[in-house]
Amino acid sequence: MSLRVFIPRDAGAIAVGADEVASKLEQAAAKRGAPIEIVRTGSRGLYWLEPMAEVTTPKGRVAFGPVSVNDAESVFEAMLANGPHVLRLGIAEEIPWLKRQARLTFARCGVIDPRSLEDYRAHGGYKGLARSLTLTSDSILADVMASGLRGRGGAGFPTGIKWKTVAQASAEQKYIVCNADEGDSGTFADRMIMEGDPFVVIEGMTIAGIAVGATKGYIYIRSEYPHAVEAMNAAIAAARRGSYLGSQVCGSRHSFDLEVRVGAGAYVCGEETSLLESLEGRRGIVRAKPPLPAHHGLFGKPTVINNVLSFAAIPFILAGGAKAYADYGMGRSRGTMPIQLAGNVKYGGLFETAFGMTLGELVDGVGGGTFTGRPVRAVQVGGPLGAYFPRALFDTPFDYEAFAARDGLIGHGGIVVFDDTVDMAKQARFAMEFCAIESCGKCTPCRIGSTRGAETIDKIRSGERVSENIALVEDLCNTMKFGSLCALGGFTPYPVMSALKHFREDFGPAPTRLQAAE
Amino acid sequence: MTVYEPWDAARGAEIIAEHTHLEGATLVILHALQETFGYVPEPAIPMIASALNLSRAEVHGVFTFYHDFRHKPAGRHVLKLCRAEACQAAGGDALAARAESKLGVSLGNTTPDDRVTLEPIYCLGLCATAPSAMLDGRVVGRLDEARIDALVAEAQR
Repeated sequence: MSLRVFIPRDAGAIAVGADEVASKLEQAAAKRGAPIEIVRTGSRGLYWLEPMAEVTTPKGRVAFGPVSVNDAESVFEAMLANGPHVLRLGIAEEIPWLKRQARLTFARCGVIDPRSLEDYRAHGGYKGLARSLTLTSDSILADVMASGLRGRGGAGFPTGIKWKTVAQASAEQKYIVCNADEGDSGTFADRMIMEGDPFVVIEGMTIAGIAVGATKGYIYIRSEYPHAVEAMNAAIAAARRGSYLGSQVCGSRHSFDLEVRVGAGAYVCGEETSLLESLEGRRGIVRAKPPLPAHHGLFGKPTVINNVLSFAAIPFILAGGAKAYADYGMGRSRGTMPIQLAGNVKYGGLFETAFGMTLGELVDGVGGGTFTGRPVRAVQVGGPLGAYFPRALFDTPFDYEAFAARDGLIGHGGIVVFDDTVDMAKQARFAMEFCAIESCGKCTPCRIGSTRGAETIDKIRSGERVSENIALVEDLCNTMKFGSLCALGGFTPYPVMSALKHFREDFGPAPTRLQAAE
Repeated sequence: MTVYEPWDAARGAEIIAEHTHLEGATLVILHALQETFGYVPEPAIPMIASALNLSRAEVHGVFTFYHDFRHKPAGRHVLKLCRAEACQAAGGDALAARAESKLGVSLGNTTPDDRVTLEPIYCLGLCATAPSAMLDGRVVGRLDEARIDALVAEAQR
């Protein structure tokens, strides 16, 4: 019997040598004359253990990691003998970091072959679509509403309401658009699911199409994600061959097809109206709302535009899991959130869990603190537009409203960890600088405000009229927050203001610091 | 290193014609041209405009809006260093400075011998294996001084 070995083809695993390890394992098998079948999966998201290789045993899949090229041969021997090895982690699903998660959206990621429609179906895939095809549009929408799902891109708008608005609009053509322009630093969940379980995104979008009466969908993927583009294109082709996409989806009267479009390095295109402009072949300039995309979206037609993770949550919900999904979570944040631990963190990766865990549990408990071993000083939650939280706020539960109440946001669920060497004035400056680089230029507070903000923080950092300039930055942040058209200019104040509020000592020679030094 | 074709108007027209049937084809065409020629040659702009019934200004506007599109060829190798927050938190600032000093150019520039273009990139989505980089499309994570030196040396070859 041939040895069945699983190694991720996830970009994060490839970046640390998964391809080299895979070929080394093949060589080792050839040398031994032992037959081996290597399946390239997605990543389970335990990135400090990547490249993680797994082998099928009678008791389940046994994992080894992190496997370097130099370890590959001895790991192969241990796999063959089902014997001990210093890198042996035991049954993959029993690894505590994985076991304590609630993997609803990421249930198959890292498990199946993302190129195989059969594998997807064998692991519960397309059950949500099969059930949806027996339901009316209203019943599908009722399930989405009942699940409590809110937009996972960051805004947290109820997905059911968005879909219902499009379903009720009458038009000859409607569109489903998947926002896969995951530009926030510290986030990689969209990339992981597209690379590791692309069919779940396709299934979610297909269900959306059936629910609202749309026949065409686009997935807008950022150009920084070539592996995800390849994976999605391969999956779309396979879904078409299997009649899961095309003129009669699964032999039904519904037609739905998908196309991948690749972005071109503009962060602002993650903003939904800018993304629609870009899809239409124009500059990614933000549109004023209203009209909402649900009424007047892609090419002026009613459009459902959701994040990758929102669509990926749908198949579970429609497979009869609406109530089960809603049973997870707290307050108005229902279900699970794929949280991403990144930056200077010991156990970095993807941790899908019900809303409600505190930030401290996530950073210290799950993440294990920093990999440099120094104390955690700050974490940025929600990408470049998210607030910096100090340890004093680590009791904040991971929940849309709880973060908003503390002048922060959960955004797309990324947590970037910094140790005590971080200069928060520098981070505040970077927030302004990034906004200046990426501003689409349509509105003045964002276009000009960000440049002036960076200049003023420079003055503060060089000790020039510190308190006046801090007041100026605060005033400017207020203008940007309330005067910008979209979240780029509107939310850049979050990292800046939170740095000023919680880490004031980093902004020039404040009197308190001098006293403490004396 | 990727080998590109030299600009040829007939070839350019052919590439444009392959995509004109698509809805909102401008970005798709710009990507296809850059994949073939390594940049978007100036004469292609009016060709796209005429094929899509747009003004030259509109196409020029799209071309210049997006960071990805080049108006001249890059160096033989392109080394992109992730400069976003997760990589900053993991020591990316010092590594970027190291690459700049080894190559003698700052981010966003090409070495005088046209061998290496060094660019910032705002997030490769490899934030749990930070700091990260991309050399000619190949992703590399967990960078340290030795790894960045090896990448720079590889790019200079």
